[in-house]
Amino acid sequence: MSTTNFEPTAEQIKEQRLYADMGMTDAEYELAVEKLGRMPNWTEIGLFSVMWSEHCSYKKSKPVLRKFPTKGPQVLQGPGEGAGIVDIGDEQAVVFKMESHNHPSAIEPYQGAATGVGGIIRDVFSMGARPIAMLNSLRFGELKSARGKYLFEEVVAGIAGYGNCIGIPTVGGEIQFDPCYEGNPLVNAMCVGLIDHKDIQKGVAAGVGNTVMYVGAKTGRDGIHGATFSSEELSEEADEKRSAVQVGDPFMEKLLLEACLEVVKSDALVGIQDMGAAGLTSSSAEMASKAGTGVEMNLDLVPQRETGMTAYEMMLSESQERMLIVVKAGREEEIKAIFEKYDLDAVSVGRVTDDKMLRLLHKGEVVAEVPADALAEDAPVYNMPDEEPAYFAEYQAMENAEPAVTDYKETLSALLQAPTVASKEWVYDQYDYQVRTSTVVAPGSDAAVVRVRGTNKGLAMTTDCNSRYIYLDPTTGGKIAVAEAARNIVATGGKPLAITDCLNFGNPEKPEIFWQIQKSADGISEACLALDAPVIGGNVSMYNERSGEAVYPTPTIGMVGLVEDLAHVTTQDAKNAGDIVYVIGETKTEFGGSELQKLVEGRIFGQAPSIDLTVEAKRQEELLTAIRAGVVASAHDVSEGGIAVALAEKTFGAKGLGVNVTLTGSATTALFSESQSRFIVTVAPENKEAFEKIVTDAKEIGVVTNDATLTINGDAGVLVEGSVEEFRSAWKGAIPCLLKSEA
Amino acid sequence: MKFAVLVFPGSNCDVDMYHAIKDELGEEVEYVWHTATSLDGFDGALVPGGFSYGDYLRCGAMANQSNIMKALKEFAAAGKPVLGVCNGFQILTEAGLLPGALLRNKNLKFMCRPVTLTVENNNTLFTNEYAAGEQINIPIAHGEGNYYCDDETLATLQANKQIVFTYDNNPNGSLENIAGIINEQGNVLGMMPHPERAANEIVGGADGLKLFKSIVKQWREQHVNN
Repeated sequence: MSTTNFEPTAEQIKEQRLYADMGMTDAEYELAVEKLGRMPNWTEIGLFSVMWSEHCSYKKSKPVLRKFPTKGPQVLQGPGEGAGIVDIGDEQAVVFKMESHNHPSAIEPYQGAATGVGGIIRDVFSMGARPIAMLNSLRFGELKSARGKYLFEEVVAGIAGYGNCIGIPTVGGEIQFDPCYEGNPLVNAMCVGLIDHKDIQKGVAAGVGNTVMYVGAKTGRDGIHGATFSSEELSEEADEKRSAVQVGDPFMEKLLLEACLEVVKSDALVGIQDMGAAGLTSSSAEMASKAGTGVEMNLDLVPQRETGMTAYEMMLSESQERMLIVVKAGREEEIKAIFEKYDLDAVSVGRVTDDKMLRLLHKGEVVAEVPADALAEDAPVYNMPDEEPAYFAEYQAMENAEPAVTDYKETLSALLQAPTVASKEWVYDQYDYQVRTSTVVAPGSDAAVVRVRGTNKGLAMTTDCNSRYIYLDPTTGGKIAVAEAARNIVATGGKPLAITDCLNFGNPEKPEIFWQIQKSADGISEACLALDAPVIGGNVSMYNERSGEAVYPTPTIGMVGLVEDLAHVTTQDAKNAGDIVYVIGETKTEFGGSELQKLVEGRIFGQAPSIDLTVEAKRQEELLTAIRAGVVASAHDVSEGGIAVALAEKTFGAKGLGVNVTLTGSATTALFSESQSRFIVTVAPENKEAFEKIVTDAKEIGVVTNDATLTINGDAGVLVEGSVEEFRSAWKGAIPCLLKSEA
Repeated sequence: MKFAVLVFPGSNCDVDMYHAIKDELGEEVEYVWHTATSLDGFDGALVPGGFSYGDYLRCGAMANQSNIMKALKEFAAAGKPVLGVCNGFQILTEAGLLPGALLRNKNLKFMCRPVTLTVENNNTLFTNEYAAGEQINIPIAHGEGNYYCDDETLATLQANKQIVFTYDNNPNGSLENIAGIINEQGNVLGMMPHPERAANEIVGGADGLKLFKSIVKQWREQHVNN
């Protein structure tokens, strides 16, 4: 018996406003009626609701996204496809994108995180690229509650479970902990792939009469309305939406990946697109819309995991590990044979038509007939009202002041144990960061480096975002997020190529939140232009609120840079006793949003650290020139916790070495200020002259020693002195210790 | 010398094994898909790591049902060298080519890290290039590498010097710190650490390369003598 009989009628949908349960407003419903020329039935309203969700349509963020610089001579594919593509020379290109999976991870952390990884991998290989590395950017509460620890442990396990099994190394990432993420953690996953120019694919349903094929895993009832769920705030009842979370199967995806990478070599393939958010609906409607065609599918032919599925359920399912492909008519068998090798379904489910309609047949009837453009292109675009929140003026009016510190050594030790600063070894020990045997710089340094096999080049990659700065001052904080990512790339020996961003914010319907979105986008755009790193794609995740409390604005930046010669690869660890220690850049009293302020005051306030992008660009260029000239032994950017933390970090991986430096000025500022655009580098004595010639504002502060001791002197004597081992064990043990402690 | 790298659905260190042989060792190598029924023409067989069949059911259990395994067993019985790494080791124990089993790591988590091994027996065709007792750095990456066997088997392993590698700082709870064992005939080695990941300094070390060189050395000696 068909369950279709129990579906509400078009009249009931209208009269009882059933569309409202799917997240549609009255005006949006009316617009859908107008586009369709009649009242939509149950399946059709389902299609509209997911495709017009913020998650799929970007209806509230589009005006913001238009701000981003997306062009550059290096950009081969900007935003709009599965992932962006950047040229790296030799007819090769790097493909990358970052995406959020926040709400699913808040409800079911293991599967939420795992399927986040799976989804972003599909975005990359749907472009025809071989995924070569994964990164992530995570945000949690402060690991004080049992729930908080559970979310953290399970998210890490989910990322590991998926990435390890599919065999793509997880080479880097960053994690910050703050109470604002307690109820709404952020899970952003980034995938980086490699492709030959000739293999670049697009998600288009071109060529009327061509065949639409469904490949990969079967469709079940999991993840129905996942995109809609992602486009609203989490409530206390959110746990009831667990069925909107999908379940991942990395083994299935490994097979799909290998099969798809064989298929892209075939000239029988016309287009390919991942069935991600809104599954079969978004892939079919978008492929038709992009090609200016229509698609007709017979849903009876869709491989199904469960019996009695309705058209509505099949179209809205977000079952994982599926792709929609368009194949030249008559050549279906060649494609099938490739998928058969991997025991995967590859079924012809429809064809490309010339009427620009998405037409769905089920059990002999037409169950939906909607213009593809109406779904993919005609979602309303909202210019949301924005309003400067009251806190901003208040913070801007505050003077920069030093938090009160009495014992510098104890303070450094406490900062090293703050989970945001502490060693993330507990995390990356669970990730296979070596598979594919190309990881040149493993997790734990500023940026990871993965070699490009067959060449002497490498790709440097990182994720960054200090949301505390962005909360205090979104424009400045947005600039810093991009600049810090670039600093990590440069310190590793790479030149920034481009960025992907994951815009995690609260409810955009609140004018203060929308103001944060606008301003941080302005800051990001400015920094992208200044540092020549355009935005080639990304994703927007709004409604990151739990019970009305928004997370800090967190536009995570994922950046990839090119290391022209692997000989340029530089890591943060001090290398040889006798090397000179330099700090590049000046230190001011800047503690707004700093780790020290949070530690001492228990909250953040005031002005974010200032940044001058011209100075930033110049310093990065000079440091990169010096690294390429071979005169830099180690380099590390100065970030959370200031110079003291950066110096300590330089000794942790340097076996048996220490540093002895002298800092001038007020001790608290010299040690812990988070002034921007600074690096700590070490240089062999014989390269001193050459280095100083290239890097104009480097200041010599001390020397690398062989006594495994960290000594920092101030104007009036020793400020910090202790064995490297003492600091290292505090830093290394902090996260395991927090996880073991009683909630 | 010509090597076969067996590939099962879900293998993911096959590429690493292939490149270690081709690029670093400079020998011939080909992938062999699990449906193949013969290893004719190959001089050595490498069973790579990964998650064959997703590690569903039990690590290595499903791979052991593949067509190629019959050929691999014949290949081993003929005295030709067979190396199983990580999931490959798990498959070899499932196939009965090596004794014992790999349990979940003691901490119940996947672990990826460099470890130091001691070469306990350098008198094998896989270790003749190492010094006796040599300490080498080779990475591990596994969730189920905790070697276990019964007392009787352990006694046999010890008596025959079948324990080839041990961990210096046991990461996973393995019995007697066992990281790798060889069969009684001395031509089948299984190990959890990844020598193919330690074949080039640019990716963090080259201590694993000697293992492959050992195989080639032994093979050359045999083929010169014949």
